[in-house]
Parts: sequence; C-alpha cells; structure tokens
Amino acid sequence: MVADPVLLQAIADLFPNGIGRYAVGGLLVGLGTVVIYAGTGIPAGASTFLESTLSYVSDQPRFRRYVASRDWRLVFTAGIVLGGLAFAATFQSGVVTSSLYEPGTTGRLYEVAGVTLWATDVQPWRLFFGGILVGIGTRIGKGCTSGHGVCGVGSASKTSLVGVATFLTVAIGTAQVVAALGVSP
Amino acid sequence: MSGRHPLFKPLVFVGGLIFGFGLGFSHMARPEVVLNFLQFDDLGLPFVMFGAAIVSGVAFALLPRLREGAPLTGDRYERRLKPFDRNVLVGGAVFGVGWGLSGICPGAAYASLGVGNVTILWALGGMFLGAYAQGYWRSRSETRDAAAAGAD
Repeated sequence: MVADPVLLQAIADLFPNGIGRYAVGGLLVGLGTVVIYAGTGIPAGASTFLESTLSYVSDQPRFRRYVASRDWRLVFTAGIVLGGLAFAATFQSGVVTSSLYEPGTTGRLYEVAGVTLWATDVQPWRLFFGGILVGIGTRIGKGCTSGHGVCGVGSASKTSLVGVATFLTVAIGTAQVVAALGVSP
Repeated sequence: MSGRHPLFKPLVFVGGLIFGFGLGFSHMARPEVVLNFLQFDDLGLPFVMFGAAIVSGVAFALLPRLREGAPLTGDRYERRLKPFDRNVLVGGAVFGVGWGLSGICPGAAYASLGVGNVTILWALGGMFLGAYAQGYWRSRSETRDAAAAGAD
C-alpha cells in the first residue's frame, strides 16, 4: 500500500488534536448512558433536567409531568458536574497522562487547591443568548445531543436521526456565519 | 420517588460521573472545541457523539434479549423512540442556532461547570430561561386548547 504524504497531511490537518480524546471520551459518554440503562431501563438525556428542575419552583402544567423523575435527574446532573471535576483533577491537572489524551490550547487554565481548572474565552453574550435558544430548542425538539444524538441514534430512531441532522446542519451554518462576521471567540 | 430500589440513585450518580468524565476528556465541555468543529477546524466531535451512540446502540440491542427487565426498576428494556412531528424540525433548528452561537449543549454545560468553567453559568442561566419560556407558552396554549375543547 502506498501512503500519499499529501493526503496524510490533509487528514492530519482536519484532526489537529488527533482522535484519541474524542473516541475515548465518546466511549465513556456511551458507557455512562449504558450503566444507567442497564440498571434502570431509562435512556437518560441531559436536557430534560432543565424542565424537571423548574418543576421545583414553578406550577406550570408543562413542568408537572417531570415531577416523578426530577429527583434522579438532579442526581444525574450532579454526577455529570462531579465527573467533569474528576477529569479536571486528573488529566486536566496533568496528574494522569495518556497518549490518547491531547491537552490542546483552548481557553485559560487556572489553579485552585492544586487542581488545574479551565475557563472559556467565548464571550458571555454568546453563551447567554445561545443558551436561551438551546433551552427553547431542545425542549420543543424533544431532545439534545445526548437524548437524540446518543440515546436516539443508538435506538436507530428516525425521529432522532432527523433531529440530529437538523440541529447539526443549522449549528454549522450558524457558527460559520458568526465566524464570518468576525466574532471571535 | 418512594418505593424505588435503594441503589437506583447511586447507580444514576455513577452513570453521571462516567458521562461527565467523558465529556471532560473529549473536550466537549469546552465551547471552543465544539465551535472549532462547527467551523471545520477540528473534525473530532463526531467521534464523540457517534462513538457514544454506537456503545449505547449495542446495549439497547443486546439487553432486551438478555434480560426480561431492568434489575433496579423491573421496567422492560425499550429503545428511545419519540413520535415525529413538526416540533422536531422547529426545535432542532432553534437548538442548532443556539448551539452554533454558543458552542455548548446541556450535558456539556453541566460538565463544563465541573472542569472549572464558571463562565458557563451564563449559558446555564440562558438554558433555564429558555426552557421556562417554552414551558410557559406551551402550558398556556395547552390550557387554552383544553378550554376550547371543553366548550365544544
């Protein structure tokens, strides 16, 4: 087999951080989903937490349907936050290293009590207004990147495949336009 | 909910830990990395989403054949199938604009807080505001529809 160096370089350019961290991270996200599904039969998505948690403080009928699941969804989200912290205390802090983990150069690192933490440089207005649309869209569209993208696609659900194709296409278009307008980061 | 197996929440917590660790490790908890994918500067993201979908897909296909029901709930293993309607397209498009603008989605936002990104509270605040707004509108229109149906 002849490897074309120009082609290999072109492929390497598309993956400046390799694929190790993405593939391993994806396997772990899938494993977390499977642990919950195997024990409980629940294909858990992350965005329902937004509405189920609002049921603690709001009597709107729309949120009442999540009263039964709101407690465990809070536990699920607490696990996700602390899982992120566990990553920060190990790989992000450099305490554990692996050839499959590429640390990258995005954002800013800072230290608290010996743990290397990370903060984004993306502007708050983008996060806030984008967040509002994410909150509206995921709940009207019946799922987010984990509900549709992981559980729904894993279920070979046509609804989820269409959902993923829709939000992925629109997100690419939006990010390209925002970048073309000179907004960075 | 009362009457649930005592290991129900501990298991959900462990699942969440692994899920959140994976989002940190894959850098999906960093909006910059998601935006780099959407701008075609680093095409790693599909390995995360589809890698996770393949793992869950294997479990969703195998578990119903291995066991009658889930040990902690007794519930049957079912796939995640939701009915298709216009909302999937409208909601998906709105989510897409938000994701493309911010580079963050709900699960990744929770994990982002965990890796130390306090700034992500802007996105989390926005998400709760958006989820509340749509819940408020839909609760009102459902009540109105119910009232209209009752008047017929």
